[in-house]
Amino acid sequence: MKIEKMAKNLILKNGTIMDPFHGKTISGDIWLKDGKIAGVGKVDAPKDSLTIDCSGKVITHGFCDIHVHFREPGREDKETLITGSHSAMAGGFTRVCVMPNTNPPLDTPESINFIREKAEECPIHIHPIGAVTKSQNGNDLTEMGLMHNEGAVAFSDDGLPIQNGAMMRIALEYATMIDVPVINHAEDECLRAEGLMHEGIISTQLGLPGNPDLAESAMVYRDLELAEFTGARLHIPHVSSMKAVQHIREMKSKNEKVTAEVTPHHLFFNDEALTSYNTNLKVAPPIRTESDRKALIEAVKDGTIDCIATDHAPHTIEDKETTFDLASFGMIGLESCFGAINKVLVHDEGFELGSVVKLLTSNPRAIMGFEQDLFSEGTNAEITILDPDVEWTFEKVHVQSRSINSPYYGEILKGKVEYTISRGQIMIQLS
Amino acid sequence: MSNKILMDSDSIGRSITRLSYEILERNSNSQDIVLIGIHNRGVPLAARIQNKISDISGVLLNKGSLDITFHRDDYRERLVIPQVKGTDIPFSLDGKTVILVDDVLYTGRTIRAAMDELNSFGRAAKVQLAVLVDRGHRELPIKADFVGKNIPTHEGEHVNVTLMETDDVDSVYLLRNQES
Amino acid sequence: MLQQRHLLGLEGYPAEDIQTIIDTAFKFREVLDRPIKKVPSLQGVTIVNLFFENSTRTRISFELAQKRLSADTVNFSASSSSLQKGESFKDTAQNIEAMKIDAVVIRHPTPGAPKLLTEFIDAVIINAGDGTHEHPTQAILDMMSLHEKFGKLKGLKVGIIGDISHSRVALSNIHGLLIMGADVTLCGPPNLIPPFIKDLGVNINYNVDEVIEWADALNILRIQRERMGLGLVPSVREYRAMFGITQERLESHQKEIVIMHPGPMNRGVEIDGTVADGDQAIILDQVLNGVASRMAILYLLCGGKSSEEDES
Repeated sequence: MKIEKMAKNLILKNGTIMDPFHGKTISGDIWLKDGKIAGVGKVDAPKDSLTIDCSGKVITHGFCDIHVHFREPGREDKETLITGSHSAMAGGFTRVCVMPNTNPPLDTPESINFIREKAEECPIHIHPIGAVTKSQNGNDLTEMGLMHNEGAVAFSDDGLPIQNGAMMRIALEYATMIDVPVINHAEDECLRAEGLMHEGIISTQLGLPGNPDLAESAMVYRDLELAEFTGARLHIPHVSSMKAVQHIREMKSKNEKVTAEVTPHHLFFNDEALTSYNTNLKVAPPIRTESDRKALIEAVKDGTIDCIATDHAPHTIEDKETTFDLASFGMIGLESCFGAINKVLVHDEGFELGSVVKLLTSNPRAIMGFEQDLFSEGTNAEITILDPDVEWTFEKVHVQSRSINSPYYGEILKGKVEYTISRGQIMIQLS
Repeated sequence: MSNKILMDSDSIGRSITRLSYEILERNSNSQDIVLIGIHNRGVPLAARIQNKISDISGVLLNKGSLDITFHRDDYRERLVIPQVKGTDIPFSLDGKTVILVDDVLYTGRTIRAAMDELNSFGRAAKVQLAVLVDRGHRELPIKADFVGKNIPTHEGEHVNVTLMETDDVDSVYLLRNQES
Repeated sequence: MLQQRHLLGLEGYPAEDIQTIIDTAFKFREVLDRPIKKVPSLQGVTIVNLFFENSTRTRISFELAQKRLSADTVNFSASSSSLQKGESFKDTAQNIEAMKIDAVVIRHPTPGAPKLLTEFIDAVIINAGDGTHEHPTQAILDMMSLHEKFGKLKGLKVGIIGDISHSRVALSNIHGLLIMGADVTLCGPPNLIPPFIKDLGVNINYNVDEVIEWADALNILRIQRERMGLGLVPSVREYRAMFGITQERLESHQKEIVIMHPGPMNRGVEIDGTVADGDQAIILDQVLNGVASRMAILYLLCGGKSSEEDES
């Protein structure tokens, strides 16, 4: 794949233009001039414009992932903002929010500023999420106000739960004046104990310490009650269990300030995939049973879950190629995301492509308050062009991240991103 | 495949009788003689010899059985591991005259393995070999002391022994492989 | 020949292969009764005992088995090696692979480590215990001992008593016994029995006296004193009162029952010394059967061509 500067005049010709914000799909062209939308549908572009033939392809908004880990500062050996950007564009993403569990963590206005300035050099839009507590220690609130001024779009101690309920209440209350989401990694540390995978018959057979679903659902329930009590915006990350879904569904019916996300791997795999002790499937929260997976799909269908977020978590080979207990938690996910969820939701479960695209575009943008009307004239182009039907096998060659910890190698995915346009640059997938 | 019967029940019986007399003739002190049959068919043959010697001399010799599986020299080459029948030698062999009994003597490797295994049970004073059939083609310097019948064979021929105790009928027959 | 190249665990293991191993193990018992207890079968075969976790009895049992088969053994233990210097599992494995050995017997504190080893070393891998996952050779010697006592395994009623959730001996025994048609009941403190384990097809009963009435044999697991500190078991005397196989308890039942223990024992906690030394216990037979069954396993797995390139 390559990323290059866009031509001054570019026509995306003869595609199916899917606008997830207006909920409309038309056939036609899009004309981009100087990296901005100049025309949609029937366009009157200069004759010498560069043309990309989009017949049989879908042209839609660039994807937005509100939960990624780009490891900068501190672990640039795993990923940097630049390599993460390449990984994102390969997956069709033009806008991401980076989690603050870096080293040092993003827990001051200065560190938020660092990300914002570094992001200027990147071909995609990168927004920092600020830590809730200083050094993620669970005790001392960060300077949320100042950090928000510097560009923090949400607050989270992701990676670690805010174990203390009183602290979570304070964080939610304080955040109401800033009106951005608080994102808590909901896994009760005590119930989770030393669990390395979902606690069930598979973990019993594998002899691995289990992490029961109620470690997640109990804390999700706590957070939902606190959200209602405080009136804050609560976003629930990487929902993994049927039980958590049930709580969220019930609370959402009364509280529209609650939103939730799910990862592609929680929709694609179940815990039976771990019988080989594949450390690339070691994630937090863990991949659970087939019943949980089905419940998550149902939750996406009925809107209990608002969006897809990859929780892209790069790790070095040494961190993963070891015994299961020592392996780090997490997998990369940007490049495989669309192919995986398109296969599961559209091809296996019969979803409309349009609804899946919404989960990747306007829904996550709405949660973070980003601009959603991306096809209006004069907007800076954030566009993804996909082949929605092609069947392909995911291999290492498709990975642009600096890290390669993915469980998808050898898996057959459906639908592929061919071009991504963002900040005046175009990613060309090449086959 | 074609079969040629070389010995029937009567001729096998006569061979056993002659072998038994020869064993007694060669070994003056019958108290120290021990019969060890090699699995599979050496075992019933050793039993027959034991009975015959008892009829002739009134002495019931000690008898044991030997499974050479763990002492074979082709363990690393083979892809199939034969079923282990087990060794049963419930007495010491120190100072004894051991008569190994087997049905067919061919390459000599079975006997080499048997002698190797016997060492684990003590230091025999003498080891002699009694076989029903010697078909030649030795690969090791092994010779039988007591032979029922010499049957020279060519390549592609096999000598098979069946016994009442193991196969419901006594016979020795020659098997020729037809080239396909 | 056995169907699987390695012995990583008994889950899904073919019943006929378990029977073959047990039958062969009895033949090796006979070898252990000879004046010279050695057979030349594994001459020239090099076996590494790769013990990342200290263990005296299992390692000695394997070493004896290897030496009685005339194999060459090399011992590698965690405390003395480069592991202390931070060498990774992968590097340790690849260093051993570079030395061209035929088999590795591995004990490791993490479940799945033997399986991971198969990705780095092209040799026969035998699991001598991987954390809280499996200990297949222990289960085989246990089943051999039961077979010796009862002549069969099918329909046998076996109670496993103790801390099931942390016991690889329990899990391997459960798999092996169920595959061979025996009936298994687990007994112990409820918080030490995994909630999902009944899905494997075992019975669960917290009343040890009922289990004694029901069972033909008891396999008594060691209760680790470390568990007591963590609030998992209130005290030694509590455990002994509720689950201990004491002299009084056994006498009160007046029945014939076979007593087994994988060792090492906490005399006076899970089992009384008099019970362990008594007539119904076959604990020392288990030890001898351990050498015999490990000989059988090594013999059945290490045969055949040493490598594809040696075809002449």
